[in-house]
Amino acid sequence: MTGRARTVTILLAFAWLAALVLAPFLVVAKISLAEVVIGRPPFTALLEWGEGAMPPALRVNWGNYALLFGDALYLEAYLGSLRLAAIATAVALAIAVPLAHAMTRAPARWRPALLVLAILPFWTSSLIRVYAWIGILGADGPLNRILQWLGIIDAPLAILNTDIGIVSGLVYSYLPFALLPVYASLVRIDPALGEAAADLGCRPLKSFFRITLPLALPGILAAGLLVFIPAVGEFVVPDLMGGSDTLMIGKTLWTEFFTNRDWPLASAATVLLVLLLVSPVVVLERRLFLRGEGRA
Amino acid sequence: MTFLSLRNVAKSFGGVTAVDGVSLDIERGEIFALLGPSGCGKTTLLRLVAGFEQPDAGAIRLDGQDIAPLPPYRRPVNMMFQSYALFPHMTVAGNIAFGLKQDRLPAGEIGARVAEVLKLVRLEGLEARKPHQLSGGQRQRVALARALAKRPKLVLLDEPLAALDRKLREETQFELLAIHRRLSLTFVIVTHDQEEAMTLAQRMAVMDRGRVAQVGAPRDVYEHPASRFVAGFIGTANLFEGTVAGQDNGLVRVQSPAAGCAVAVRHAGTLSAGTAACVAVRPEKLRLGDAGCDNGFAATVEEVAFRGEATLCRARLATGHALTLSLPNRARAGGDAPRAGAAVRIGFAADDAVLLTS
Amino acid sequence: MRRAGILPTLLLLAGFALLYLPIVALVVYSFNDGRLVSVWSGWSLRWYRALWDNRQMLDSAAVTLKAGFVSATLALVAGTLAAIVLARAGRFAGRSGFAGLVYLPLVMPEIVLGLSLLLLFVELDLDRGFATLVLGHAGFSAAFVAVVVHSRLVAVDRSIEEAAMDLGAPPLKTFLWITAPMIAPSMVAAWLLAFTLSLDDLVIASFVTGPGATTLPMRVYSQVRLGVTPEINAISTLFVAAVALVILTASLVNKGLIPGRSNGDSA
Ligand SMILES: Nc1ncnc2c1ncn2[C@@H]1O[C@H](COP(=O)(O)OP(=O)(O)OP(=O)(O)O)[C@@H](O)[C@H]1O
Ligand SMILES: [Mg+2]
Repeated sequence: MTGRARTVTILLAFAWLAALVLAPFLVVAKISLAEVVIGRPPFTALLEWGEGAMPPALRVNWGNYALLFGDALYLEAYLGSLRLAAIATAVALAIAVPLAHAMTRAPARWRPALLVLAILPFWTSSLIRVYAWIGILGADGPLNRILQWLGIIDAPLAILNTDIGIVSGLVYSYLPFALLPVYASLVRIDPALGEAAADLGCRPLKSFFRITLPLALPGILAAGLLVFIPAVGEFVVPDLMGGSDTLMIGKTLWTEFFTNRDWPLASAATVLLVLLLVSPVVVLERRLFLRGEGRA
Repeated sequence: MTFLSLRNVAKSFGGVTAVDGVSLDIERGEIFALLGPSGCGKTTLLRLVAGFEQPDAGAIRLDGQDIAPLPPYRRPVNMMFQSYALFPHMTVAGNIAFGLKQDRLPAGEIGARVAEVLKLVRLEGLEARKPHQLSGGQRQRVALARALAKRPKLVLLDEPLAALDRKLREETQFELLAIHRRLSLTFVIVTHDQEEAMTLAQRMAVMDRGRVAQVGAPRDVYEHPASRFVAGFIGTANLFEGTVAGQDNGLVRVQSPAAGCAVAVRHAGTLSAGTAACVAVRPEKLRLGDAGCDNGFAATVEEVAFRGEATLCRARLATGHALTLSLPNRARAGGDAPRAGAAVRIGFAADDAVLLTS
Repeated sequence: MRRAGILPTLLLLAGFALLYLPIVALVVYSFNDGRLVSVWSGWSLRWYRALWDNRQMLDSAAVTLKAGFVSATLALVAGTLAAIVLARAGRFAGRSGFAGLVYLPLVMPEIVLGLSLLLLFVELDLDRGFATLVLGHAGFSAAFVAVVVHSRLVAVDRSIEEAAMDLGAPPLKTFLWITAPMIAPSMVAAWLLAFTLSLDDLVIASFVTGPGATTLPMRVYSQVRLGVTPEINAISTLFVAAVALVILTASLVNKGLIPGRSNGDSA
């Protein structure tokens, strides 16, 4: 692509991104430095246009950030989100890797059907899936009833409204996100490599750890990020499945914004969350997302 | 002494029969070539021996032992893959050491063995490279080194030289021969290149649609092909189709419409008159001029192609049948070759042709 | 041919059971006659009738479908443009920043996207409603479109486009006649993905929409908060059935929905 067509395409695409991706983040950064007031909008302006006075006065308020770092509630919410998201990511990968491996091992004529089956939940509403999962885990839900019927437990397990409930909800919501990239990276591995390992005397389990897993590592890392990042900011799962004492940043933000209507504080919390999430992505970005694009 | 023995081995995939009742005996220490057109089942046969496929029928014995129940990682056989299958995340040394580590050899021993095979395939100095940092020819030699490192009783090579250019391929063929001689291993080598098979192998099997068409030393197979398929696949053959007209004194006369007369050929067996048969003659066995020959034809030269060591010549008989001749270029002046359009006599000896009935 | 061992088969069964059992239970209980979700008291369509009489729900469903349609179409155009720039424009100043902006919405939690879009709309003094809902959804689903289309574009042999230009086709014609047909399956897939993302979204919609444009997930969410009722099972079943129908038809029509090998993607 050359000349005018190229310039126009770049400018159009960039205008879109600037308006709907870049601008919102700049606005959030700006409002995070404002003060909360009662009114519409519920925050002060960054630039104060005095009575005809030029230039306008700049009013920067670092108080929101001071509050975030000073308030144990926020720190706990950040740490709690990171902890629960990390556990959920580990569990999701522990399920996704063997499952995807089994998919690549299935007879070739089943594989398209298995793939559609793995993608299908991804296309159904996450809210509905969380709702269905609540039904399964409830005190009188099928899981508790089966465990009681088998005599494994006497009284229903309280899973909902606990951390275990949240982790299971996160895992269930984001499992398809983990499954697809792992499968895609496993299926790309030449089966002859496994055969070559066997030919040289390597048993199947060992060959999985020595050959398959290292080659699939980029895909597994990508899958981990795809689960971890949305899980950190997740709102629906902690809101519907967590207890009242569960602190996750997504829920805290939501409350701050809709209930307390403290938009500047919510903005500051958002800025911190973005910084927290973007840093690992920037480190891994080249490896995960931009592979092969450089040779344009 | 038979080292690897296949008895009526068969394998099909769904409806496709890839290997159809193959029986072969491979001797200890020989280089044995499997030769055949694409899709005839060569790779499948190797994979059956390596253990990646289970035969539907038949037995595979290695050194007297039935290896059917052994999984690939327990078979004392190593394979060099058609695609090389080098582990992309390991260095050259890591790839070569992989098999040795599976045997839990001490680290010092592994290092020594890796260095030894690297020297053998002349890749010293490249041990720290990853496969993607190597040229095609170097990768191919790493694959070979990896298959040799465990000193297996039997090495299977699936089209080992297919990815190389002609010159490198010829050099590597002689290297392979040298390596084989030094290590005194047994090689089974798959190829669809008949010259490669003849250069490397002491014996070869020509395969056709899952079956063995002929087994023998390259020279035997070339000079005494057992069927029209083998005669046509190994080298070029001029065929005179016809029926047996008579037989005396070890000479069979085949009445051939293509030749426009009876063709004489030496043949040991007895054939009744009227049997359908075919006389096959190699291009280099045809001569210009039929003085002293058992068979002679008048022909017109149509095309002449200079090939370096020989000149290929296409001539048409009065019957319309075309023959291919290969005439050695003995003199630099090139006086041996006829010109296009020249009327010539073409002859060959009855001893230089073969009679084919299948 | 490897034989499928017993362990992989068990794994597959367990894994897919985990994915599907909750959904199956939900579907089954939508036909339950009783009010209690966990006690089976016979087959009935009563919750579907209740749904049919629920005007608010139906209105929200209409809003959701319309918003999905418009935002997916917008996202397809914008995302395809971005994919073309990434795959075909070569190097230009700010390219890595551009790529970062394209992929940023993929790696941001929905709550961050929703909050920041809302604050932008407030800052611009836009009235919140259907228009802001559509813009918000298009803004984040364009990133998914870009990924899907881009992975197909890089797999298309560039010399085919170069051949078209060599034969005299200007860039726009080359795109419309040569490139677009080759990436069409991935564009269909990307549109469908953007459409379902919009239908599915609760968090962003809660921020950017306004009165009169309440989406179905928002209604379902407020009902779920009040307690589990079979009516939600019914509406969820309809959702699942619609999505399953669309996906199965689409994947039968073209294999472009399935990433990886079947697509011919090597990316
Ligand atoms: N896994 C498989 N599934 C189905 N058919 C197969 C499979 N492997 C081989 N075949 C078929 O079996 C026949 C023999 O294949 P094979 O790979 O052994 O041929 P080959 O002689 O090695 O050919 P080439 O010289 O092209 O490598 C072919 O018709 C092939 O299509
Ligand atoms: Mg082959």
